[in-house]
Amino acid sequence: MALNSRRRFATLTAVVAVAALTVTACGSGDDEGGGDDAGSTGGAIDCAPYEAFGELDGKTVTVYTSITAPEDEPHIASYKPFEDCTGVEIKYEGSKEFEAQLPVRVKGGNAPDIAYVPQPGLLATLVATGAVKPAPPEVAANVEKNMPDWQQYGTVDGTFYAAALGANVKSFVWYSPSAFSEAGYEVPTTWADLLALSEKIAADNPGDEVKPWCAGIESGEATGWPTTDWVEDLMLRTAGPETYDKWVSHEIPFNDPAVATALAEVGKILKNDKFVNGGFGNVKTIASTAFQEAGQPILDGGCYMHRQASFQAANWPEGTEIGEDGDVWAFYLPAVDESTKPVLTGGELTTAFADRPEVKAFQTYLSSVEWANERAKTCGVGGCVTANKNADPELLGSALDKLSAEILTDPAAQARFDGSDLMPGAVGANSFWKGMTDWITGKDDKATLDFIEQSWPE
Amino acid sequence: MTANVLGAVPAGIIPEPLLRAESVAGKFFLMFFAIAFFAAVFGLVLFLASLFRGRTGEKWQGVVFVGPTLLLVGIGLVYPAILTINQSFKGRSGEDAYTLSNYTAMFTQPELLLVLRNTALWVILVPLLATSIGLLYAILVDRARGEAFAKALIFLPMAISMVGAGIIWKFVYQYKQTSRPQIGLLNAILKALGFETQQFLINAPLNTFMLIIVMVWIQAGFAMTVLSAAIKAIPDDIIEAAKLDGVQTFKMFRFITLPSIRAALVVVVTTIGIGTLKVFDIVRTMTGGQFDTSVVANEFYVQSFRANAPGLGAALAVLLFVLVVPIVVYNIVQMRKEA
Repeated sequence: MALNSRRRFATLTAVVAVAALTVTACGSGDDEGGGDDAGSTGGAIDCAPYEAFGELDGKTVTVYTSITAPEDEPHIASYKPFEDCTGVEIKYEGSKEFEAQLPVRVKGGNAPDIAYVPQPGLLATLVATGAVKPAPPEVAANVEKNMPDWQQYGTVDGTFYAAALGANVKSFVWYSPSAFSEAGYEVPTTWADLLALSEKIAADNPGDEVKPWCAGIESGEATGWPTTDWVEDLMLRTAGPETYDKWVSHEIPFNDPAVATALAEVGKILKNDKFVNGGFGNVKTIASTAFQEAGQPILDGGCYMHRQASFQAANWPEGTEIGEDGDVWAFYLPAVDESTKPVLTGGELTTAFADRPEVKAFQTYLSSVEWANERAKTCGVGGCVTANKNADPELLGSALDKLSAEILTDPAAQARFDGSDLMPGAVGANSFWKGMTDWITGKDDKATLDFIEQSWPE
Repeated sequence: MTANVLGAVPAGIIPEPLLRAESVAGKFFLMFFAIAFFAAVFGLVLFLASLFRGRTGEKWQGVVFVGPTLLLVGIGLVYPAILTINQSFKGRSGEDAYTLSNYTAMFTQPELLLVLRNTALWVILVPLLATSIGLLYAILVDRARGEAFAKALIFLPMAISMVGAGIIWKFVYQYKQTSRPQIGLLNAILKALGFETQQFLINAPLNTFMLIIVMVWIQAGFAMTVLSAAIKAIPDDIIEAAKLDGVQTFKMFRFITLPSIRAALVVVVTTIGIGTLKVFDIVRTMTGGQFDTSVVANEFYVQSFRANAPGLGAALAVLLFVLVVPIVVYNIVQMRKEA
């Protein structure tokens, strides 16, 4: 029983230490304080893979992420089986200033053990500082098995550093199924259909009150990013994944004709006063509408469609039912023809700044099927799709998560990571956003693309 | 310069638990530790100073008192400043070979020139408007009935943080289509008067002026308070003598009030000027520097921490420093003259 009392003491310390931060940790502490702790919890997993890392009891791993309350709680809950197995304590810290603060902490010699980096571009920057540790072989093996498509995004200059964690699908158009069926509209299956449907909606609703689309790109200092998703989605569709890769890695310039074509297609919707901005006003209002609020007019009939990633699910008012027969639902942003299925995705990369055994063990856990399934089980409201293709999709609670997983695992799908996250920060987190914002407020296509091209660092 | 400040503190100089106080008890412990530490250092300095007596002892006392300050200013200010200046000459990343590229970019790229133009607008307009409004108000309410209440009204915004003020005014400027219910005060007034509603924060260059109004709103109270105190300090006999000589209202202001409060005016204008040069919160809260409203301090942050161009960010910080220095020097020279 020596082990047990030690464990209990460790848990107690952990509870005191994180009491102010995490309700979940308290909950798990209470469970264990109640009595028979070993192996009694619901999410028990096979502990064998972590025993190879040696005695880890009482060790601590710090995690730094951009995932903050309330989304952090289910995340923390999904670590419990690992903590039960090994006795390692995971210290979770979420910050909205994550992207700005992480490089500062790394430079200051105060790096966390693990950070969930949502941008491969930032990973490359961090690797350049020399602080990032390559992924241990156990993680590499898991990634090979569970998420082969994501390997390239965690690889910098031929060395594999980071496994993917969560995944989300960005190529969604949100709509109201009831509004569609009342007006007799069908979900479009090609880009041309989508434009034709937009024309039809605009013709059916003359005047300024109702428009086919609503959009908003205001996001504080990150204003403009939703438009970059539009451009990326259309690049994938009009130019194809190969050209998309060249564009992202700057093998073709940003003002290449292929990009101009994609931007022109986006402009057919976003810069057309007939099509936008339902519920808000003219094209310019896109720039001042917060992205979280931009989809709301779908609910009161101000607009019919809103393009936004799967995380839009969190932006609907409380009580909005999401599903095929609910208040709102999403369809896949159609490709140019039905034979191809490009998907724009996003996700986080588990970046390690330490190679202590407990850190390696935790990395291994995060890249395992066990974690992906635990994440689905402890999910809560949704947004728990992981990059892990061997995870059981049936465990996912929300309809949207199921649809996302279906799209991601479709054999025909050509998934590509969000391009602005792959580009250098000077472009992907600055001039691309700024350029697209200015484009919305009036700058023409050519000037916009030329501006972004000249900002690409040599 | 934040990055450099943190970088300058070697890892491990502060015990790990104190860097990350996470529990409530831990935070309180950290607080008491800091207070006790401060008291201990202070006591030590006083004790050391008391050891020296006599004529030469006084010199040593001076050294003991000034030494810690110099040391901390050196670590916290001078060293990072030198690092930043050095970085600004080393290309975009701040780590390449020495070059002037960041400075040429600053004065040639249209986007950055716009930033400089905006900063110039701010620095000219805010001190001018805030001081004139504050001065006018101070004179108008001077010795009037309900003076204290009137002063409190204009001084209140001073108590609000810049971020808070930014959020408040963002609501005031909020845009909705003319046909819809308005939640922005300004557009509600426009609509009630029968005009089209306006996107105050989007339409350049109007939006920069709309942001400047927020800063003036905050700073006018400061100007009013200081100037009002200065006006009250004018000796009554001067005013009475002037009145006996038949000096009229405007001449009284021009030849009696203004010269008497000159020192206070200089302090107010320069203080607001320095504050305006460094303005960041209002711009970041209200527009994020978008729609052609960015200013030097905001652009410095964007380039350093978001665009991954710390070299260019450092160059902007150096520019800010160069612009602030003459104002500070002028301020000191003026204060010396008065003393």
